[in-house]
Amino acid sequence: MLAYIVRRILWAPVLLFFAALFVFVMGEFAPGDPIEVALGQSYTVERADRLREIRGLNQPVAVRFIKYIGNAVKLDFGESLSRPDRSVWELLSPKLKVSGQLFLAGILISVIFGIPLGYYAASKQGAWIDPTIVGSTLVLMAIPVFLTAPLLILVFAVNLGWLPVGGWDGFFSTRIILPALVTGIPGIAGLTRMMRASTLDVLGQDYVRTARSKGLDESVIRRRHVARNAMIPVLTILGFAIAGLFSGSLITELIFGIPGVSSFALQALSARDFPVITTLALIGAGMLVLVNLLVDIMYAVIDPRITYD
Amino acid sequence: MVTTTADIETGPQSPRERSHSPLRVAMGRLLRKKIAVGAMVVLFILYMTGIFAPLIATHDPNKTDLRATQQGPSSNHLFGTDRAGRDLFSRAVYGIRTTVIITVVGLITGSLFLGVTLGLLTGYFGGIFDAFVMRVGELVSAFPDILLIILLAATLRPRIVDFVRNIEDWTGIDGLVASGAADFFVISVALLPLSWFGMMRLVRGQVLTLRTMPYVEAANAIGVSTPRLMFTHLLPNTLAPIIVSASSGLGAVAGSEVILSFIGIGVQPPHPSIGRMIADVTFQGGGLVSVLRNHPEQLLTPILIVFAFILCWNLLGDALNDVFNPRTR
Repeated sequence: MLAYIVRRILWAPVLLFFAALFVFVMGEFAPGDPIEVALGQSYTVERADRLREIRGLNQPVAVRFIKYIGNAVKLDFGESLSRPDRSVWELLSPKLKVSGQLFLAGILISVIFGIPLGYYAASKQGAWIDPTIVGSTLVLMAIPVFLTAPLLILVFAVNLGWLPVGGWDGFFSTRIILPALVTGIPGIAGLTRMMRASTLDVLGQDYVRTARSKGLDESVIRRRHVARNAMIPVLTILGFAIAGLFSGSLITELIFGIPGVSSFALQALSARDFPVITTLALIGAGMLVLVNLLVDIMYAVIDPRITYD
Repeated sequence: MVTTTADIETGPQSPRERSHSPLRVAMGRLLRKKIAVGAMVVLFILYMTGIFAPLIATHDPNKTDLRATQQGPSSNHLFGTDRAGRDLFSRAVYGIRTTVIITVVGLITGSLFLGVTLGLLTGYFGGIFDAFVMRVGELVSAFPDILLIILLAATLRPRIVDFVRNIEDWTGIDGLVASGAADFFVISVALLPLSWFGMMRLVRGQVLTLRTMPYVEAANAIGVSTPRLMFTHLLPNTLAPIIVSASSGLGAVAGSEVILSFIGIGVQPPHPSIGRMIADVTFQGGGLVSVLRNHPEQLLTPILIVFAFILCWNLLGDALNDVFNPRTR
């Protein structure tokens, strides 16, 4: 177990190195000059050359990459190309905070509705309610954000006037409710299906029958034997949901006008601000690697039979 | 499974059960599922609409008519017209065509070609090649999907468009760029990371277990050539998970194409695409709310089409999964 974790931790920096390299190479390969974009109307050859020298862009790509990596190890991600004199981190951290909060709210909604719903559906297998829940999860999964966002806005913001149409005001504000619902809905569907399948699987296990036959109270069986074991596979889904920090929120951020990471990434891309994009890729990849590792460790904590060799 | 006398008596002799091919049995089971058949019918209609778009569309999808803007549905304009007076029905039909092309190209290049071939090769040969491909796959999946797709689409587009222009000059074929072929190419390449690795890992896993089967050993022993072993012995036995995974994956491909076009780096105007139709409405002057109040059909038409694509592929994938893996029902 320990050897496995150590190996995984050692592999992570290698992965991140290549991720950064990939984005850097793409940046070189991509047409469009960040300096040209930054200078805009005031572009002259001399000015561009001077700016390149100041930003160190006149050096060969290999040198710049090594420098970037050297600084990134010290968690210094350099300066943004599109906003002069602002460090990448300074620009990114407020956006990360916003997206993180939105993501957390979305996950909370998915977990609060998804896990009990899946568990409930499984315990009602055979009754009409089970296929109804399963059917509606399939529909929920396929609903594009383009549909949920405008519909929720129309109903709750425009017609009922209960909630604001858009904007951002922090985690503890009514503005977060609609975007959080929009990001959480696919998660509800996913978690419900996962939880249902795994609960059904556990309910058919021998140890549940044994527990029943030795006369354990049904609520104890449900809590200790069924729910606990059924949660294991659900944890992976939660882990991979971290990737949704970028994917799921892009459209939501655009529609609700939320100053988050995804919409910022889009701006950075059109400004050819590759230090920002590389850093975003590093953070995204780093989070994914970390979460996968945590999920693996949690597996072993929840189910002591699981060992990694 | 316990074989009873009843099975032996009725099974093989029964004249009705001539075919025992697992694929045919599974297809039979699939056709008994109402939801699956429904999904297949809808998908069939959507794909036929895409293929025969020029015959079905009633108007030129890009022709603006400023005397007839923002019209509601009528007999002349089935779904009404948009702000520029373009016929929404025809735009939807051509938009479906775009999605159809992208999903078909995505299926063939990403899932089938790259995914299955690499899965077969890595699973069968193992070794350094396997380790290398798996590490590359891990690298690709370490990126947040949408970031990678956007990065690829944004950086590759100008290069690919240049490349296609060069081809035009070389061959003298006109209108490749104008026809949107370059756009389709860009999107297909950008969507590759979405489809290949999952499929490859699946096939690889199957091949890893199949490789140790006695029948593969026997085939090896009688000197069957490697390609033949792979394609006639291993591939057919990995078909079930391939079908399930490809079907569920296509919904995601369709959705991603719409997202790319929505944020403006997918199919470029004036080519109609479902994503562009949604973006036109979402980001236009009066904003989302005014459209929803006054012309909901302008938003609902494209959205329901994406919805139909994703839902039907998911439903079909789900049904196929039930059919091929009856245990998990």
